[in-house]
Amino acid sequence: MGMKFSNPHDLKSIPGTEGWERMYPYQYQFVTDDADRKKYEDEAFWFYDGLHYPEPLYPFDTIWDEAWYLGLSQYNTRIFSVPPVYGVDHRMVNGYIYISPVPVKDPKEIEARVGDFMERAGYYYENWNQLEKKWEEKMKGTIDRLEALEFKPLPTLEKMSVVTDAEGESSGYHLLKSYDQLIDLGIQCWQYHFEFLNLGYAAYVTFMGHCQSIFPDIPAQRVTQMISGIDVIMYQPDEELKNLARKAVELGIEKSLKASKRFSDVRKELEKSNAGQQWLKSFEKARYPWFHVSTGTGWYHHDKSWNDDLNIPLAAINIYVDKIKAGKSIDRPMEEVRRERDRITAEYRDLIENDGDRATFDQLLATAKTVFPYVENHLFYVEHWFHSVFWNKVREVAAIMKDHGFIKDIEDVWYLKRSEIKDALWDLVTAWATGVKPRGPQVWPKEIEWRKGVMEKFRAWSPPPALGPAPEVIQEPFTIVLWGVTNESLKNWSDVQNAESLDSISEFKGFAGSPGSVEGKARVCRTVDEIGDLQDGEILVSPTTSPSWAPAFAKIKACVTDVGGVMCHAAIVCREYGMPAVVGTGHATKIIKTGQMVRVNGTTGEITII
Amino acid sequence: MGNENGKAVPAVCWFSDCNKNSVPLVGGKCSSLGEMINAGIRVPPGFAVTTEGYRQFMAEGGLGKEIFAGLDDVDHTDLKALEEVSARIRASIEEREFSPRLEDEICEFYRRLGQTCCVPAVPVAVRSSATAEDLPGASFAGQQDTYLWIRGADDLMRHVRKCFSSLFTARAIAYRNRMDFAHDAVAISVGVQKMANSYAAGVMFTLNPSNGDRSTIVINSNFGFGESVVSGEVTPDEFLVNKISLEAQARTISCKQVYYTVDRENHRSKLFDLPAERQSVQSILDEEVAELAAMGKLIEKHYGRPMDVEWAIDRDMSAGSNVFILQARPETVWSNKKKEPVSGAANKNATQHILGALMAGRKFQ
Repeated sequence: MGMKFSNPHDLKSIPGTEGWERMYPYQYQFVTDDADRKKYEDEAFWFYDGLHYPEPLYPFDTIWDEAWYLGLSQYNTRIFSVPPVYGVDHRMVNGYIYISPVPVKDPKEIEARVGDFMERAGYYYENWNQLEKKWEEKMKGTIDRLEALEFKPLPTLEKMSVVTDAEGESSGYHLLKSYDQLIDLGIQCWQYHFEFLNLGYAAYVTFMGHCQSIFPDIPAQRVTQMISGIDVIMYQPDEELKNLARKAVELGIEKSLKASKRFSDVRKELEKSNAGQQWLKSFEKARYPWFHVSTGTGWYHHDKSWNDDLNIPLAAINIYVDKIKAGKSIDRPMEEVRRERDRITAEYRDLIENDGDRATFDQLLATAKTVFPYVENHLFYVEHWFHSVFWNKVREVAAIMKDHGFIKDIEDVWYLKRSEIKDALWDLVTAWATGVKPRGPQVWPKEIEWRKGVMEKFRAWSPPPALGPAPEVIQEPFTIVLWGVTNESLKNWSDVQNAESLDSISEFKGFAGSPGSVEGKARVCRTVDEIGDLQDGEILVSPTTSPSWAPAFAKIKACVTDVGGVMCHAAIVCREYGMPAVVGTGHATKIIKTGQMVRVNGTTGEITII
Repeated sequence: MGNENGKAVPAVCWFSDCNKNSVPLVGGKCSSLGEMINAGIRVPPGFAVTTEGYRQFMAEGGLGKEIFAGLDDVDHTDLKALEEVSARIRASIEEREFSPRLEDEICEFYRRLGQTCCVPAVPVAVRSSATAEDLPGASFAGQQDTYLWIRGADDLMRHVRKCFSSLFTARAIAYRNRMDFAHDAVAISVGVQKMANSYAAGVMFTLNPSNGDRSTIVINSNFGFGESVVSGEVTPDEFLVNKISLEAQARTISCKQVYYTVDRENHRSKLFDLPAERQSVQSILDEEVAELAAMGKLIEKHYGRPMDVEWAIDRDMSAGSNVFILQARPETVWSNKKKEPVSGAANKNATQHILGALMAGRKFQ
């Protein structure tokens, strides 16, 4: 019978956080004063989106949650007419997001949606490459407009040109307008984000399902390995670092790179020589766009990019320089990876006994291979490039707010909803225009102080893995691929949840990300800044990894992450390096401590502290 | 017999020199061992005393003439007469010495086998290996004759002769008389093979017997001989190995209470209790799991179909040469099932398949 989790309406606010709901959109609350809505909420199955939100949400960061709430859902429901499923609904408990795929319940309605799906999805599958090219142009256009946005301090008196050019608009108006544009570009970017992703995942799930019907024991990672791209742009930032390392050795300036751990010092050193200047030129060229790569997932404002902190790529370049000097290759073994992928595919294919199944395998494999580059490449455009630039543009707005006393620190801006920022900017601009004191400085700093306390309490709370009755069948492609929601995964989540203390756990599980089993000393790196501490042969334990962590993989012999599925960065890179990875463990960075000996079995997903 | 391609037909030859064309010379069992070796499948080493060896033995000292005289006249329905004549013939075969030349040759092979295995007077299994002509009556011709844990040259000679004499059981004589086969036209070969002195042993399926998945190899193992696994007297350790990557995807280490090993007193395998501290220890190493699976893959390729395999890890041999295949037969349960396409009609386009998958969804419970 169905697994049942606690009812969402039974969860209580944490004492001292009462009123927290105003920090987030009102429709995110579970409610009891609306009988219909309450009944719907009671009967739906909600699971905690720990994949995206290992920590409670800052009010501003809710923007991406709302953006994907809209984006994902509209493509299923209103654009491609995915027959058995509408969108994915969202709620929030104590700062944590819960989501629920919404099935189409009426069989007649499902039937009625089939025709549209065949026509619409069929059009995308058939014209995929051409449409994807269009997508890239649209996306680049959006990023161009974002980069062109400017947020300047409000002048005491407008420039003379406002008069002579008869502009008819003020800096105050421009601030409001640019802020609107900034938010709008963010939402637009996320409209594009899902244009191909739903169908991409659907094709992937279908190929996976076909493989699993023929080979019930096939690990998901093998299926992914058959369709994974090799020349995906996700590898490009790392390739740039390697090129810079090679170039440094070629020019004989690699010693200067080690003059300091701070890039600003190294830059001064390099500027003294011709060779150094030449290298700096290549360095600057590589930065745009490749150093927009985030050191986290790009989902949160606190995920820094390489461009935000050039010490990070510098440390990484030095790791590669060391390798080159030690006579080791830093080239990606592309041929080997390709050969291995082809071998695996051919061997599975040969084991299919039915000609019809083999034909379907070939067809679905070809489709999956067509759609998969998008699934991997969109991450760089959206979560890395766009987001990295976006967060800094918001900081430019925040700087103006700080100047006018609305917030005490630029980083305080994240405690405000984007609509509250808009309200505050109106307050700021009208006061500026009128020549009076704005109201905001008396309102927002106080509110932000309170919100900081609330967020602290949220952090100390452990969100239950799921709420409400679990359904028997999951049809929503994202739920399957991205969150990997299964009986077992929910059980694993709740096991860790229910353990008396994290210290008492010596065995736990995640997703088998990359096969193999090794033992070694663990090093917990919470951020990419800490990868410099890694010693050769250690096991990296981190919340997540991104392309900017790539140099770490040249040192370690296995990787464990809190967040991610079989398609996450860590899993993909480890498969390429042929080292074990266990991903999506939920709490590895809290359970494992640096220096502990651990066994990582990337074939079964098991982690053991020895 | 005499010559074949201008070469002298050997009286003794190594399994590794046998192949599927050697059946008339070494019988079905030994030739299939040769085939396996040539395909890269490791079996316990050994040699065959060939049908030519048998003929020489029978010819030397006129033993053949002595035996065959009057044999055709025995009434194949007269059981008593058959038993009498069989007993007489078998006794005279088993008592007759080999000629020094033939004995030297067999002993030299035996000595070299011991050297290969690093065990002097290595214990061997001695089995009759019937040739093609006998196949319809294979079971009468003494194909089942197997003598285990034979040690030393004298004992070996005695058991080779026992296998020779198995061609003259009462039932075999009756069968040939009834079918009008000449008694001097049939011949038998004898296989002499190192006893697998198993540290651990068990069975291997080149598909997953629980769901028919052909990309999986399942290995069951226990300490000692494979008997405890085959008979079901223990719950063995179980390894699920991915056939493509040869990695263990899952392992279940069971509590194994008993095992079989040789009782040197009577040369039989005997059931012993497994000491408590070894019961929950993994019975084979991960490296051995991988090597076995690799061999399973070869066996499946060799026979062109899923197979059930008996195997052993030999304690006399060193790592890298100690994983032995003892027997392989075709898997029948899943292989005989009719294969329906899993995805319905194959003439659907990709979007139709994707629609089908979305409609079916993933079972959650």
